Amino acid sequence: MTSLIDVENLTLSFRTDEGLVTAVEDVSFSLKKGEVMGLVGESGSGKSVTAKALMQLNPGNAVYDPKSKITLHAEGREVDVLSLKKAAELKIVRGGAISMIFQEPMASFAPAITIGNQMVEQLLIHTDMTKARAKDVSVEMLDRVGISDPAKRFDQYVFELSGGMRQRAMIAMALSTNPKLLIADEPTTALDVTIQAQVIDLMKDLVNEFHMGIIFITHDLGVIAQTADKVCVMYLGRIVEEGPVREVIRNPKHPYTRGLIAALPRFDDLDAPLTPVPGDIPSPLERPTGCVFHTRCREIIGDVCKRDLPENRWVDPTHRVACHLHAKMEAAR
Amino acid sequence: MSKETLITAKDLTVGYNIGKGFFDRTVLKAVNEVSIEIKRGSFFGLVGESGSGKTTLGRALLKAAPITGGQATFTDGQVSYDLATLSGDELKDYRKRAQLIFQDPYAALSPRMTVRDIIAEPLEVMGLTKTREETDARVREIAAKCRLNLEHLRRFPHAFSGGQRQRISIARALVSGPKFIVADESVAALDVSIQADVLNLLKQLQKDLGLTFLFISHDLSVVAHTCDHVAVMYLGRLVESAPTRQLFAAPRHPYTKALFSAIPSLDPDDRGRAQKLVGEIPSPLNQPSGCKFHTRCPNAIDICRTTEPQLENPGDGHEVSCHRWRELLEAEITA
Repeated sequence: MTSLIDVENLTLSFRTDEGLVTAVEDVSFSLKKGEVMGLVGESGSGKSVTAKALMQLNPGNAVYDPKSKITLHAEGREVDVLSLKKAAELKIVRGGAISMIFQEPMASFAPAITIGNQMVEQLLIHTDMTKARAKDVSVEMLDRVGISDPAKRFDQYVFELSGGMRQRAMIAMALSTNPKLLIADEPTTALDVTIQAQVIDLMKDLVNEFHMGIIFITHDLGVIAQTADKVCVMYLGRIVEEGPVREVIRNPKHPYTRGLIAALPRFDDLDAPLTPVPGDIPSPLERPTGCVFHTRCREIIGDVCKRDLPENRWVDPTHRVACHLHAKMEAAR
Repeated sequence: MSKETLITAKDLTVGYNIGKGFFDRTVLKAVNEVSIEIKRGSFFGLVGESGSGKTTLGRALLKAAPITGGQATFTDGQVSYDLATLSGDELKDYRKRAQLIFQDPYAALSPRMTVRDIIAEPLEVMGLTKTREETDARVREIAAKCRLNLEHLRRFPHAFSGGQRQRISIARALVSGPKFIVADESVAALDVSIQADVLNLLKQLQKDLGLTFLFISHDLSVVAHTCDHVAVMYLGRLVESAPTRQLFAAPRHPYTKALFSAIPSLDPDDRGRAQKLVGEIPSPLNQPSGCKFHTRCPNAIDICRTTEPQLENPGDGHEVSCHRWRELLEAEITA
């Protein structure tokens, strides 16, 4: 299968009053058509910033390192995303080939415009449909995502829908332009578990039907286990582990991934103590030297962690980890 | 630890008058004839979807929502209060004994007050301490229990991460020396690693200070790990209530079973779709007839649509309100 988007050495900082703050550092990954990638990490780990970079949605004070490169393969050509400047050029990544779903649908819809008009508006911008055709497509799409009585919902405002319905409408809107890549930023975090399960099922069906790539951002490893093909675990702007979902969850290599899994309450053993990852995520103003995780790591092996940045090591052809622990094991072998 | 009852609610109802006009007496019952008993020193879990009335029940027990029917009593060995009629000095005294921890630590703390002032405010408002020295000593003592440094007390909330802020909220709730704490979704807004830390802290504080918790959450896995007893609510009604182990080993109500199966499994090969609930919780203004859950229940039959089931206690402390639970249990055993 051909790759859909390639991210190479993405490094991004924000200019602030306190100086340059690094949000994402040296992030590389690629996504194939029809593949679902999970991006996991705590708040402040840079997962949303990474995803927004793909659509150039980060604010004006964002500084991209010249080494950073994002290549989108869509509509039969290669697009160098970071070189796009004009609004007309940016259309291809903003709503054209890439769509995004946000966590809080109430905040993402305009409150004073009907849902239908918002859906039609974006279809008129991104496709050459007539207004009447755009309306038909929108109603059809609302029906497809399981909204009852779509013709009536089309004329309603966002406050008239429940949380689950809003998220469905958001998905319908994102998919109506037929994107090649969908970025879902914590799409189920604000929902009840029962509704979350429905939305996850819906997204799985839509992947099969539309065959697009999805980047699924969440802090819930359970949701990742249920949806993703592969996972990238982020900590303080760096990808510390990447691999197929089964491998990463069953056989995590990085102490941070192990910590995240140990912190989850489990059903199979109610007496198992909950083990938090010690300490808090450091402020981005005080980035630790060496391995960014060393200040909270339980398996620290000495000064090397504080001094040197660990390199990416491939445990097998699809599973990589950036940790000195693994380098040591390799050397011992 | 004594296992006497701290909070007893009998047929507790919270109703809001939502009539449009003088003669329209439409009442919305957010909590509908709920009976629970919370033992002293226990961790009582309350679960349900948004709109199930769990927050309103918690607030009613704190006398922060109007009790319009039934009774609720608070007995801690020193005092005994009837919550429905509590007022005046007794109500002020109850505020010292019962406190609330909120969900969102970003919204619950004033950005213009230092952490010391935030924690000290209840003491000053309630007049619990006489001098500034006394207040400071009390604040320091409780801050240390909640693992906050002295240096933290001088800062403002914006300098803290989510987990630290939640620890400040906890310190503020505990500073007046309460016996009963309502924790309303207190870990829902936190990252998993921090969530584990805050849950461990709550457990520790419960042991050290002899607290009783009403722990409101929509996350069953969190409830399974922290609570001794769990009650499940749906549309203002209690549908099932049992000791945690019993409930998780053999849930009896179809709604509880559906909540379990909706939790995303950590096993990537277990991508089943069995028993997922369809639809959403109905509007409390337009409640279904009969069993409130019948519109979404996979096992509903005619009687469920017409007659509302009563909460039964078959004698093992595992209460359930469903017409068909015995039948479904037998079917499960034979299957």
